[in-house]
Amino acid sequence: MNLILVAVISLGVIGLISAVVLFVASKKFAVYEDPRIGEVAEVLPQANCGGCGYPGCSGFAEACVKTGSLEGKLCPVGGQPVMARVAAILGLESTATEPKVAVVRCNGSCEHRPHVTSYDGAHSCAIMNSTYGGETGCTFGCLGCGDCVDACQFNAIHMNPETGLPEVDENACTACGACAKACPRHIIEIRPKGKNNRRVYVSCVNKDKGAVTRKACSVGCIGCGKCVKVCPFEAITLENNLAYIDPAKCKSCRKCEQECPQGAILAINFPPRKPKTEATAETVKETASTAEA
Amino acid sequence: MANKLIVSLSPHVHSGDSVQKNMYGVLIALIPALLVSLIYFGVGAAVVTITSVVACLFFEWAITKFILKREKTTILDGSAMITGVLLAFNVPSNLPVWIIIIGALVAIGVGKMTFGGLGCNPFNPALVGRVFLLISFPVQMTSWPKIGQLTSYVDAETGATPLALMKMAVHGDASALEQLPSAFDLFIGANGGSLGEVSAFALLIGLLYMLWKKIITWHIPVSILATVFVFSGIMHMVNPEMYAAPLTHLLTGGLMLGAIFMATDYVTSPMTHKGMLVYGIAIGFLTVVIRLFGAYPEGMSFAILIMNAFTPLINNYCKPKRFGEVKK
Amino acid sequence: MKTFRIGGVHPAENKLSAGKAIEVLALPKQAVFPLSQHIGAPAVAIVKKGDKVKVGTKIAEAGGFVSAPIFSSVSGTVNKVDSVIDASGYRKPAIYIDVEGDDWEETIDRSVELVKETSLTPEEIVAKIKEAGVVGMGGACFPTHVKLCPPPGCKAECVIINGVECEPYLTADHRLMLEKTEEVLVGVSLLMKAVKVSTGYIGIENNKPDAIRLMTEKAKNYPGIEIVPLKVKYPQGGEKQLIDAVIRRQVPAPPAIPINVGAVVQNVGTAYAVYEAVMKNKPLFERIVTVTGKSLKNPSNFLTRMGTPMSQLIDAAGGLPEDTGKVIGGGPMMGKALANTEVPICKGSSGVLLMNDKEAARSEAQPCIRCAKCVSACPMGLEPFLLATLSAHKEWERVEKEDIMSCIECGSCQFTCPAHRPMLDYIRLGKGTVGGIIRARNAKK
Repeated sequence: MNLILVAVISLGVIGLISAVVLFVASKKFAVYEDPRIGEVAEVLPQANCGGCGYPGCSGFAEACVKTGSLEGKLCPVGGQPVMARVAAILGLESTATEPKVAVVRCNGSCEHRPHVTSYDGAHSCAIMNSTYGGETGCTFGCLGCGDCVDACQFNAIHMNPETGLPEVDENACTACGACAKACPRHIIEIRPKGKNNRRVYVSCVNKDKGAVTRKACSVGCIGCGKCVKVCPFEAITLENNLAYIDPAKCKSCRKCEQECPQGAILAINFPPRKPKTEATAETVKETASTAEA
Repeated sequence: MANKLIVSLSPHVHSGDSVQKNMYGVLIALIPALLVSLIYFGVGAAVVTITSVVACLFFEWAITKFILKREKTTILDGSAMITGVLLAFNVPSNLPVWIIIIGALVAIGVGKMTFGGLGCNPFNPALVGRVFLLISFPVQMTSWPKIGQLTSYVDAETGATPLALMKMAVHGDASALEQLPSAFDLFIGANGGSLGEVSAFALLIGLLYMLWKKIITWHIPVSILATVFVFSGIMHMVNPEMYAAPLTHLLTGGLMLGAIFMATDYVTSPMTHKGMLVYGIAIGFLTVVIRLFGAYPEGMSFAILIMNAFTPLINNYCKPKRFGEVKK
Repeated sequence: MKTFRIGGVHPAENKLSAGKAIEVLALPKQAVFPLSQHIGAPAVAIVKKGDKVKVGTKIAEAGGFVSAPIFSSVSGTVNKVDSVIDASGYRKPAIYIDVEGDDWEETIDRSVELVKETSLTPEEIVAKIKEAGVVGMGGACFPTHVKLCPPPGCKAECVIINGVECEPYLTADHRLMLEKTEEVLVGVSLLMKAVKVSTGYIGIENNKPDAIRLMTEKAKNYPGIEIVPLKVKYPQGGEKQLIDAVIRRQVPAPPAIPINVGAVVQNVGTAYAVYEAVMKNKPLFERIVTVTGKSLKNPSNFLTRMGTPMSQLIDAAGGLPEDTGKVIGGGPMMGKALANTEVPICKGSSGVLLMNDKEAARSEAQPCIRCAKCVSACPMGLEPFLLATLSAHKEWERVEKEDIMSCIECGSCQFTCPAHRPMLDYIRLGKGTVGGIIRARNAKK
């Protein structure tokens, strides 16, 4: 009986002392933090991907509250709905931004871009890029070691073993940009998803002269400039033997896709063309192949 | 050109060394000790060793295949075999088969594969198994058969080991130290104990072989043995009746086995020569402290496991001397 | 026997072409001169399409102080100034010259007579070396004149000549020491005069006893030059290791350089090039190249004009064997595997090594078993396993603290690794990235 009493009293005393110390400490060393930071952080997805440009979700929340403006701030993972909730907490207007997605700008699969050497080093794009031009004749295209796959936190990008190229799962992709950063050749671009997920882009980053590109890859951009001429909206620019479609100006008319002799321009998620136009596409391809031969 | 050229960075040549070569080298170095134990413990030694090796290989194969679901099995790299042999070497030769199998399961399953397999385990797997058995089955694990009973296994007659006698001396039995076998008997292994640890001579042959083949460096074994010798020597000088002579300490128990084969385990020992010396000295010191002042007669396994835990810390602080580094 | 004090390995020597005298290789049909053949700024082309050039005509001017001019090794017409695929598969700017005849510039002394005496001042010697485009011939291709101009506050005390040739297979330097002994020694005297010192050491590994004997005998007539036989150990030919082996001094961690401990290190090939540049007015446009390999019919040492495609050397040595898996420019420890065999011979090409497909393929990497053999092998006292892991995890700050910049990329760690881990691949990545971070930081200051 006595023993139990001693135990109870001693534990009680220890607890009491601790409580007093904690109480004093919490009052004395208290740091004021804007409660809204916590509130904002709570609505964020907590992926801590860094896609917003701040160190993690709490960093983003702090920046939102402290600057008092949402100008130029976007949580790529949560997208518009999350930004609207953040705006509501802070009493701000949420600025509308377009949803984006990662696109792989290389279409040089094994059949289009034959291998000329075989790389036997460490399995890393960064290492291969810094030492060798890759296994194919193209020194700009995808290396195929999957640094982008390792970088993705959302399991949204995978290597296709048949083509040897990464493929983006549009629904899982949050456009955080980790893959684009990881790619040593800057092949991956974060582009607007486009209306109804439809978009047109040049699937190549090769800046070699046309003849050199053509030799290395059958679907590379040769910088012929046909797409620039055919575009009615002046959305396409040609620089260093490479065409680029400005997503802000592009109206998805797909004229350039038909015009491209190399098939380097891809149009994604469009319904199949009417038979007539399809025939034209085929003739274009045919002329391209005869030109090559 | 018909075939594609291979490109990779330098170096383009390799020494030809491999994980397998090192592991099988250790196994070869263990053969003399195994032969001695067969001579002294006969059937028991054979049954225990075979059971332990087979069980370790089986558990490694089963875990990689069914739990980790890896495509490639790693049982042929020799590491599981070493764990099996070392576990067997660390138990009495009359230990029942079912206890050995439990030990193998703990060694491979808990000690090695939970951390991801070879190269990832912080503790020496064989010792994890051994210490688990020692704590769970203290009676079976601490009744060692007398030598020379070649045909008996679990029914072998047991007797006091030199270490037990030494512990009795520490506890005040002044005559215990006189009952110790001669140093020569201890050296060649004619005394009771766990089956692989008895013969310092056979273990030293193994050490020379591993040093010759450059499987290990001298740092860990030498620093452990030297520390034990010096520290126990000091204690012996303080009170020769209570504390056994340093040579006796070196030749008894699992000290040689531990210093040569267990503490030198690649995965769980430090990476730099400086760190290896720190590690070895600490193991030697802890071993003597446990032997003389602890509850157990033998402290090698505990000392090694404790220092295994400190290995990352040692790696962090004991850096090799950089080229051109100026002494401060 | 002297050697360096930390780490080191001993790969199989395989000096297949050690007994083969130097042969003169036929002229190529077209010579290609990449504009970046050295460390530092690329050279700037000063010829254009259609220009006529002679052997020894300057075709590209140095692009800065740390740079070197390039000279034509052939006579003929400039075909184009375009790009060539280099060893890595990337395109680099280069000058193409179609070969017509073999017409040399008149200023070059083509006699074989040995010239020993010169009245040139040290400054004039350095100027001549600079004008002749001489760079380190051991493979690093650092412009020689830069090394001969000690930065303020540093004073050279001795010249150390690298006759080690620690790379397996290569024999170019060995043959040079045997066949051009006196020329090399005069070159060493010139280098000593250029940096105003009276002591010179020539380090030679004792797997070349004939070269040691011959050099020692001839060196008696050259005051101040001593031949130092060294124990065979890789990477003895590394600048820092050689200094440690010969004069027992260790160069501190970067940014310190050999001159901080009073040493100027040059290769025997460089000494020979210096001799030719100063005494014979002959700019650097040819060099000795070892062509070797176990499957090769006729391993040889060729005196080769620069710009010659490597395929021509291989053909001259018996043709590309059927089982070739890898073609390496340089030695097997530090050389670079070529993406194609049309790569031209440059100033730093010491050898062409053919490996069959069995030798060439790396074994599959296994998990690190923490055996610490890489730590023992590292000649710089680093922890390669740690550097590689940290680099793979992109921990740039930590990897910098672990002295990754001290790594000399000798490959001893990967050579010795029982788990066949591609450590050096990752360390190179880390070193490159950290180097970039350091440069950016210095630029900010």
